[in-house]
Amino acid sequence: MPLSDSDLQSIWLTLRLATVVTTILLFLGTPVAWWLARTRSRWKGPIGAVVALPLVLPPSVLGFYLLVAMGPHGPVGQLTQALGLGLLPFTFWGLVVASVFYSLPFMVQPVQNAFEAIGDRPLEVAATLRASPLDAFFSVALPLAAPGFLTAGILTFAHTVGEFGVVLMIGGNIPGVTRVASVQIYDHVEAMEYSDAHRLAAILLIFSFLVLLALYLWRPNPKNT
Amino acid sequence: MKPLVKLSFAFALVAAVVGARADEVQVAVAANFTAPMKEIAAAFEKETGHKVQAAYGATGKFYAQIANGAPFEALLAADDATPTKLVAQGLAVKGTQFTYAIGTLVLWSTKPGFVDDQGKVLAKGTFEKLAIANPKTAPYGAAAMQVLTGLKLLDQVSPKFVTGENIAQAFQFVSTGNAQLGFVALSQVMKDGKIADGSAWIVPGKLHKSIRQDAVVLTKGKDNPAVAALMAYLKGKQAQAIIQAYGYQI
Repeated sequence: MPLSDSDLQSIWLTLRLATVVTTILLFLGTPVAWWLARTRSRWKGPIGAVVALPLVLPPSVLGFYLLVAMGPHGPVGQLTQALGLGLLPFTFWGLVVASVFYSLPFMVQPVQNAFEAIGDRPLEVAATLRASPLDAFFSVALPLAAPGFLTAGILTFAHTVGEFGVVLMIGGNIPGVTRVASVQIYDHVEAMEYSDAHRLAAILLIFSFLVLLALYLWRPNPKNT
Repeated sequence: MKPLVKLSFAFALVAAVVGARADEVQVAVAANFTAPMKEIAAAFEKETGHKVQAAYGATGKFYAQIANGAPFEALLAADDATPTKLVAQGLAVKGTQFTYAIGTLVLWSTKPGFVDDQGKVLAKGTFEKLAIANPKTAPYGAAAMQVLTGLKLLDQVSPKFVTGENIAQAFQFVSTGNAQLGFVALSQVMKDGKIADGSAWIVPGKLHKSIRQDAVVLTKGKDNPAVAALMAYLKGKQAQAIIQAYGYQI
């Protein structure tokens, strides 16, 4: 049986969300990962812990704080209103902001590991060849860390596709705006439309498996990450 | 491995013992009835010594869970259709269904003076988001849809819908200010017989099918005397006084 229009709409929205979030995190997560990999600052521990928080926090905690913070009385909400952007909950960009927080460790940690694996030596060699730190970063560190970026990108994308709790709490379930595939499945189950739920759930299951399979097949040597 | 096996066995034993205690009631309660149920349960526990384990949520969700073997012994639904269906399917005990409360729908905002007592604010459209409970699973959401359809405002306001999973989430969207307006249950905004804060339009009952909230004993609770005691208590004077104080009719 074919998927309904609203199912397709939810899949399309999910892919759009995951693409935007992954792109933003590539730019936002890389400097954080670089800093965490290179620094000897005493802030390394605390910052690293903050980045890893979404791994252990229940989505309800993140969703609750975001809902309050982005609301009209919260600090983020007052800022967005002052900037003329309105309020973020129940909007696509609200989901993007939430997902950037939620998927942050999935981007930062693999990239950080990749940067750490390079070590000081290649960068020192680059320096002796008169490469500026910026040049060394772009022509030495980035290419060497490429596998880490690929892993991070795939994990971030897949993790955003699999997001549910936070979206449920700040999304408001609006078709085409915040009703992503995971929420659509939940709606089907709630309404006892089990066959609709099955179709969409099977698609997500297969997608997730293929993504992870690709990741593991492509990565024959775990040292590469 | 061995200590782990022992430990899990111990847990299983504890769970079995706790589960077997006959004076405990596992009851599923419609989200709109959360506040009164907490008061009623406390009074009931004090008077009878029985213990109430209540789960609060959308009636439609509870139906799906009960149909799939959830361990609830009684259901306090937000409608009368769900208990009727459960009885017809043999999941609830025949002859135990009764109406414990008749719910009242309100259009509510946290802003004082924002909602007029005729609900004209709906037609004016001076709001960005209107929170409702999921009409597919929550009776208060379905009632809100009937009201909007009857007022011929559905097409106009439906682009502004934000849908809560249940009436508690619809309330949460409004109370955090993220939605300016929302259809919620009177019981959620009422305290000591009046609207606690903000402004509200108490939707006249003739604008939607009456929200008869029925309770029923589920098959799993058939032989538990504490379940019968709770049902009897709900029909009693003390419980009814609490129910009415939250704006329900009986």
